[in-house]
Formats: sequence, C-alpha cells, structure tokens
Amino acid sequence: MTNATVEDAAQGANIDVPEHMAWDSRARRTITIYIPLSIFIVVLLFPFYWMAITSVKPDYEMYDYKKYNPFWVGSPTLDNIKKLLFDTDYPQWLITTMGIATAATFLSVFASVLAAYAIERLRFKGAQHVGLAIYLAYLVPPTILFIPLATMIFQFGLFDSPLALILTYPTTLVPFCTWLLIGYFKSIPYELEECALIDGASRLQILRRITLPLAVPGLISAGIFAFTLSWNEFIYALAFIQSTEKKTVPVAILTELVTGDVFQWGSLMAGSLLGSVPVAIIYSFFVEYYVSSMTGAVKE
Amino acid sequence: MSATTIPSRAFRERPKESWLAKLFDSKPFLVALCLLPCSGLLIVFMTYPLGLGLWLSLTDTTIGQAGDFVGLDNFISLFDDQIFWNAVGYTIFYTAVATSGKFMLGLWLALLLNHNLPLKAFLRAIVLLPWIVPTVLSSIAWWWIYDPQFSIVSYVAVDVLHVSDQYFDFLGSPWAARWSLIAANIWRGIPFVAITLLAGLQTIPPSLYEAALLDGASGWQKFRRITVPLLMPILSVALTLSVLFTFSDFQLVYAITRGGPFNSTHLMATLAFQRAIPGSQLGEGAAIAVSMIPFLLLATMVCFFGVGRRKWQQGGDND
Repeated sequence: MTNATVEDAAQGANIDVPEHMAWDSRARRTITIYIPLSIFIVVLLFPFYWMAITSVKPDYEMYDYKKYNPFWVGSPTLDNIKKLLFDTDYPQWLITTMGIATAATFLSVFASVLAAYAIERLRFKGAQHVGLAIYLAYLVPPTILFIPLATMIFQFGLFDSPLALILTYPTTLVPFCTWLLIGYFKSIPYELEECALIDGASRLQILRRITLPLAVPGLISAGIFAFTLSWNEFIYALAFIQSTEKKTVPVAILTELVTGDVFQWGSLMAGSLLGSVPVAIIYSFFVEYYVSSMTGAVKE
Repeated sequence: MSATTIPSRAFRERPKESWLAKLFDSKPFLVALCLLPCSGLLIVFMTYPLGLGLWLSLTDTTIGQAGDFVGLDNFISLFDDQIFWNAVGYTIFYTAVATSGKFMLGLWLALLLNHNLPLKAFLRAIVLLPWIVPTVLSSIAWWWIYDPQFSIVSYVAVDVLHVSDQYFDFLGSPWAARWSLIAANIWRGIPFVAITLLAGLQTIPPSLYEAALLDGASGWQKFRRITVPLLMPILSVALTLSVLFTFSDFQLVYAITRGGPFNSTHLMATLAFQRAIPGSQLGEGAAIAVSMIPFLLLATMVCFFGVGRRKWQQGGDND
C-alpha cells in the first residue's frame, strides 16, 4: 500500500522521480546485489582465512576460545611452519611434486600440441571423429582407472617411482589440453599458413615458425591448466607411491602429518597453506588466461 | 585455397629437398606422427586399463598375485553386500544434492557478478580460489572447521549467536557427516559453475533485455524467457561435467571421513579404493569401479540430451 502511494506521488510530481528512483535503486542494489555477494565472498574465502590464521597460532591460543578470540591471533608464531620445514620431509615433498607436475605438464602439452595441430590444421579425413574420441576420453574419471593402472604399474616395475605418476597424469591432462588448443588453433587465420606454403615452407617449418609462436597464449594456458591439475592430483599419487620421501604434497600431508589421535592442526594447516601457495601464485599471474580458457574450453 | 597452393609449390624448384624433407611434407605421415604421442598415451594408459578393469572385475586378483577367472562372483557377492548398496545410495544422493546446490548457488553468484561492479576482475579472480587450490588441502581445512571440539562454526553458533546450546558433532553421526561432506563439496564446486555460467551470461546480447523492457516484461519473465533458454547450451555442458566429477569424487570424502562413521559416507570410489588397495582385493575393487560405469553413462546421457533437448524445445516455443 505505502509503496503504491509513494509511486503515485512520485508520478504526480515529476521533479521527485529521479531522486526517488535513485534512492530506491541504490537501496535495492545494496540488498539484492552487494549483501548476497559479500556473503558469497566471505563463505568462499573463509576456509582460507581460517587455514592461514590457524597456521600462525600458538597452541595455547588455538585450543582456548574462551580466553582468546578465535578469529584473531594475539601473538603470531612461526613455530608451526618451522616445525613443518625442518622436522618433516616437507621441502622434499614440495620438490617432488614440482618435478612431477612439471614433467607431466611438458609431456601432455607436447602431445596435445601435435594432436591439436593434426586435428585442426592438417584436415585429414576423420579428424572430427578423433577430436570427439579425445573429448570422450576427458569424461573418463580417474577413479575407475586407478585399480587396473595399479596392476599395470606393478607389472612395469614402476611402483613407487615418480615415473609412474608422470606417465599416468597425462591421461587426464592430454584430452583437456588438446581440446583447449584445438579451440586456440581455430582462432589463428589459416591464410597465414597458406602464405607460408606458397613461399615454400615445409609443414614442420610452418608449425615451428608460424603456428606455434602465434599459439603461445594458448600454450601458456594449457600449461597452467596441466600444472595445476597435476599439482592437485591425488588418487594416483595415493595408490602408486609408498615411500615417504617420494610422496606428493597432498598425499604426504594426509598420510604423513595425520598421525595417531591427536592432530597437529597447526602444522596441518601450515602444510595445506604452503601446498596451496604455488598453485595460487601461478594462477594469480595468469588469471585472465585461466578464466578465458576455462570458459572457452567449456563452450566447445 | 589449398588447390591453388599445390601448383605453385609444384612449380617451385627445390634442389636441396632430401627424402627426409619429402617425408615430412607428406600429409599422411605427418598426421600419423602428430597423433602418435597423444594416442599412444591414451591407448596405453586409458583404453587398455578400461578393458583390463573389466577383466579384473571377473577375477579374484589380489595385490601381488594374479587371480583366476571367477565369472560374476564378485558382482554376486556385492549384490548381498549392505555396505556396497549404502555406498551406491549415498553416491546418488551426494551427486544429486551437491550438483543441484552448486548450480543454484553458482547461477545466483554468476547473476550477481554479471552486474556492473567495482573491482570486477578482482572479484572474478578470488571467487575461483576454492576451485584452484588442491581439493585435499582445502578438505583438510574443512576437516578442522568440522572438528567436534574446536569447530569455528559451533563456536559462532553457541558462544556468539547463542542459537544452540551445545557444539555440533559434524562428523560423528552418519547423517550429519553426509550433509557436512555435501556442504564442503558445494563450496568447492560453486566457483566453477559461477565462472562458466558468467561466461555464458556475457554472450547474451543486451538488446534482448532492452526489447523485453519495452514489452513490459518483469524481472522474473526476463530471467525465465531470455536468460535461462540462452544459457542452456553452456549449462548442459557444465552440468554434464559437474555430475560426472561429483559422482566419481574421491578426494573430499577420503580426506575428511575416509568413509566413516560406520561406513556411512563411503562413495563408490572410496569403497573401491578401500577394498582394492588397503584391503588388497583388486578384483572386488575393480568390480565396484566397473559398476560405476552404467551410472556414469546414464548420468551423461540424461544431462546432455535431456537438458540439450529442452533448450531446443524452448527455442521452438519462442519462435
């Protein structure tokens, strides 16, 4: 009722309209956009804040909410991080993970570039079917592959070797990167290659001198994707690696730091935080590539 | 165009061309060479294991010992296994609830981010964080948030807001644990849905909304008749991927509850792992993994064709 009269009054007195509208729309905007959006942001980011604040809390603050406000830290300490870096194999795990992720990334980007180039640019018969088959391969989840892969790894004698992970990670990475790069190659004008063909360049020269340099942004986004995915990979690393020093960060934190009934939450959170940081840094540098390629690949 | 390039190449004299260069210029050879690494990796580490998995599920293989063919024995014993059926039921429930939660909240977040906001790029970037960070590591943070004694959620509810008089036992009883896992999964999945749908929203031409405004459409009508139908293509792809990966989820459950309490939160993937690797019954584990395949196929079909077709029908209706 009151709304209706206010609107009527506003319509009657034309001068009032913009002011009413302005106030109304600003209040409306706050309620319908800014408040829900800030709730979303707080909920989405809170676990990271909690992770960070816990990892610098001394034990007496961490387990006493009555005396110390749990949302803040009175006397921050680096003890948890120090313990993690010097009393455990954490640096070793970081190096292992980095090495495996880098190797798997190079292998998959190499395989994907060639496959994407063949499918998109060499235009052979049945290229579309090959593309579809690679897309379907992306839909096969690792959770139904790890048991047979474990028996294969045993037979090849690769159990407990980083090579097992470097060879199996590309099964999830290659389909995705290929699909992403096909989309990217499509955006490079074919005329450039034709010009080079007329000038007498061979196919390999074209790939090396023309297509690849133009596809560098695509290669970077495929590389970032592959790297973050292999950094995050868990089930293969859990099933194929046994010895402590060869584990990757996610597996090691869960299997080596969680011991007995008393959890060292401080070190656990510090380990999770440090394990997330490399991925977050890489991501923050290439956010634009990442977002555009993620949505671009989904749109395909 | 390619027809015109061939003669021009043929007329060109290339005295230095060796047989190797000729080989690298022949298209069939190049195609085969380029597809070799990709198809090699995928055939050896994906197609072959898929077949091997089917075979293993019909044997009684254990770790370190090749098994014999036992026919459908694994499946028959699973059929009488209450834990297996619990896992099947919870996997379906988990997928259905978590996916619908992710899509409703994700769509809402995408609509919010689609407004003209200050710091738009920055917001988009930080919103994706839960999706970037390794799932296991953020799951450990959730595990700490769900701690029975020092849960921050309980603290806020009991000591700050006074809405409850005792601390919640998030992971102690079956249903509480099930819902807690679903909440963590939704949290992890929202960014992917939101950013994907945001990209879809940005492809909708503003002129459509202007036309609707002139015709006097309400906000809900605009959403229902313009936004939803035009989002359908990207929505169906995102939905298919999300359902597949939620159904075959492993990390989150393994990190937070490992299937407990009383095997109530086992997903099919975690149960398969438990039986196959720590329990060393590879054959039985493979049988559980294989029984995920029909569900995965069905879910893909329903999402892709069901949602895809509805979009087509709506397009037809609008004309």
